[in-house]
Amino acid sequence: MSRHVLSLLVEDKPGLLTRVAGLFARRGFNIESLAVGSSEVQGLSRITVVVDVEELPLEQVTKQLNKLINVIKIVELEPEQSVLHEHVLVKVKVDTATRPQVLEIVELFRAQVVDVTPEALVIELVAGSQRTAGLLKMLEQYGIRELAQSGLLAMGRGPKSITERIPRS
Amino acid sequence: MSSPTTPLPSAVRTPARAAGGDQHATRGPEPELITGAEAVVRTLELLGVTDVFGLPGGAILPVYDPLLEAKTLRHILVRHEQGAGHAAEGYAAASGRVGVAIATSGPGATNLVTAIADAYMDSVPLLAITGQVFSTLMGTDAFQEADIVGITMPITKHSFLVKQAADIPLAIASAFHIASTGRPGPVLVDITKDAQQETAPFVWPVKLDLPGYRPIAKVHGKQVQAAAQLLASGKRPVLYVGGGVVRARADDELLALADLTGAPVVTTLMARGAFPDSHPSNLGMPGMHGTVPAVLALQESDLLVAVGARFDDRVTGKASLFAPDAKVVHIDIDPAEIGKIRTAEVPIVGDAKEVLGDLASAFRDLGAQPAQPYAAWWERIRSLQHQYPLGYTPTSDGLLSPQHVITRIGEISGPEAVYASGVGQHQMWAAQFIRYERPGAWLNSGGAGTMGYAVPAAMGAKVSQPDRVVWAIDGDGCFQMTNQELATCVINDIPIKVAVINNSSLGMVRQWQTLFYDGRYSNTHLNTGHGSVRVPDFVKLAEAYGALGIRVEKEEDVDAAIRLALETNDRPVVIDFVVSADAMVWPMVPQGVSNSGVQYARDHAPSWDDEAPGSGVDPDFVMPAPEGGVEPVSEADAIAGAEER
Repeated sequence: MSRHVLSLLVEDKPGLLTRVAGLFARRGFNIESLAVGSSEVQGLSRITVVVDVEELPLEQVTKQLNKLINVIKIVELEPEQSVLHEHVLVKVKVDTATRPQVLEIVELFRAQVVDVTPEALVIELVAGSQRTAGLLKMLEQYGIRELAQSGLLAMGRGPKSITERIPRS
Repeated sequence: MSSPTTPLPSAVRTPARAAGGDQHATRGPEPELITGAEAVVRTLELLGVTDVFGLPGGAILPVYDPLLEAKTLRHILVRHEQGAGHAAEGYAAASGRVGVAIATSGPGATNLVTAIADAYMDSVPLLAITGQVFSTLMGTDAFQEADIVGITMPITKHSFLVKQAADIPLAIASAFHIASTGRPGPVLVDITKDAQQETAPFVWPVKLDLPGYRPIAKVHGKQVQAAAQLLASGKRPVLYVGGGVVRARADDELLALADLTGAPVVTTLMARGAFPDSHPSNLGMPGMHGTVPAVLALQESDLLVAVGARFDDRVTGKASLFAPDAKVVHIDIDPAEIGKIRTAEVPIVGDAKEVLGDLASAFRDLGAQPAQPYAAWWERIRSLQHQYPLGYTPTSDGLLSPQHVITRIGEISGPEAVYASGVGQHQMWAAQFIRYERPGAWLNSGGAGTMGYAVPAAMGAKVSQPDRVVWAIDGDGCFQMTNQELATCVINDIPIKVAVINNSSLGMVRQWQTLFYDGRYSNTHLNTGHGSVRVPDFVKLAEAYGALGIRVEKEEDVDAAIRLALETNDRPVVIDFVVSADAMVWPMVPQGVSNSGVQYARDHAPSWDDEAPGSGVDPDFVMPAPEGGVEPVSEADAIAGAEER
């Protein structure tokens, strides 16, 4: 298995997400992460999907996705030529003894503290998967109370845009 | 896409029924205010739809009111929504036009599901319109509510949920366009009851906005060149023709290419009729119950030119062992079919009609050809044809041979008739023993294998082709699933002919039980045939519906019954052909093995080195079609087309 990052430009229509997710489910592929939001073109959304599949079935899924009427474009993003980030919010148990240690880790990972109470900190990090995984690993020992992660967000490097040659209304 | 919107199909701009179109056309600045229900009917009329099959219910009731005033739209009231779906399929498959089915919400809509799935598997242009509960009640488990858009998502090409009257014309026009272009398929339009009831300005024509839908790919010239080169250099090519050629009505182009190259042709279950059975290059049907020459030609081929075919498991057998020495040229309008099962050396995405035409030109342009193209290959194929002609062993229990009955139906009714079949043994025999000469003559449920397809599909075909004889070749199991549509046929003067190949059992399942389950017949006896209690009695059933019922038990009565059916056109006819339950479909490739293991008859596999003509044939063997393929046709004839160049 290998990890692939697909960026989909789709029409913002009801049921679209079900159609996309259903296609993966039908073919037995597990979606590792999924992020949906608007694109710079009105009426078009952008979906970033991370899947763990071999090349051949991936090609088949890509072709099938392309057949969905509301899917306008699909691009596979190569990790070396892309910015790949995810957004993590993590709540960690602290007391007076552990708080400085946690803050040091936050500092090391260039994360941010976004909420403070005597018993806990909420830490935010926007980074690549490796750095977020590293942060979480370091925080584990203090007791992670709650964790929320976005799907991976991805964008190709350089001046090109996925919406080039896409109709704009 | 360079323009922001997809251009309207010609059908949308200029409806086939111009008269109906003109009177509705909106002129001036003030569009007419009409209800959503009226908009449904008007849009269908403007799209040129002339026939719809349906059954009303609460959530679609508003649409049924303006149907009473419809001038160019005929609604045919079915007895079960599945019947409406298959009728629309048969209508579409026989004519190439879009078939339309209407149902109410909840169970009405779910009753359409089988037909929608069937249309999806066989790429049938089907427009399904369903009523939905009030938008304010959606999601509350309201009476007769079902999320039909959700339910059908994996089995539709696309679907629309319409909650406002103003959106109806665009949704239906888009659905119609999507269903009928590219690789055809079913499209569902689900319309809430409030959208049908409220009024909105009716604006026509609509501007389709489908930026993600690019049904037609530009054919890649270099790939076509490469395919022509392979055809020219191949020693053992086969044109592997699938249902896409029927859907694209690319039969003329296929014939031209076959004649030009002299390559043998096999027509899959979905492609029967795409290439004339009378043509000496036609080896018949490949696959699990294909002819030995067709199966082995594919297996021994060094070049497969697959056109509108999808390497279905019923064709390939064990796919990894299928045609092991062959390079593959794969022509399909759907890019997702290419490389799905078998890697193609030369993939060509495009409409079969266009690609086959281009391929013939490219082949012609290559010029230099051997004087006797594929001579050794044809020698091998002719030898297989001599040794393993299509035929059957007569029954030993004194009951009718189903193969004989079906052969006679085809011979007496001729190639201009339409033949719709159910699913099972009778389907295979109808595919094998009726000779098809034109696309649209053979309708069946190939991909989904839907028992019960025949009667409603024949009904739909008869509506679209009223001047043709339309047969439903059905089994006693299949017939009991959808024979309620006989009522629809009688009431609406749709005189189809139904041949029930009555072996009193679920025959194909029984065959597998004979072969693979030691003859343990678990739940396959239906008690409809010889020596049984005959529940139901199909003759009485036909009569109860007001159809003509005939029972045939002796071979000498077969022809007379068929002729009586052909002469009877004031009502449907049902012939109960009481046949032997022991007849089996041969040849056969057992599931999950290589096609090289094709068995000609029970425990009789063709031997690879034994090529002595006639050695495989049982002395009693019946070969019903001596004029075609079996008694060939000299080498010179077979390659006549090639020589004409």
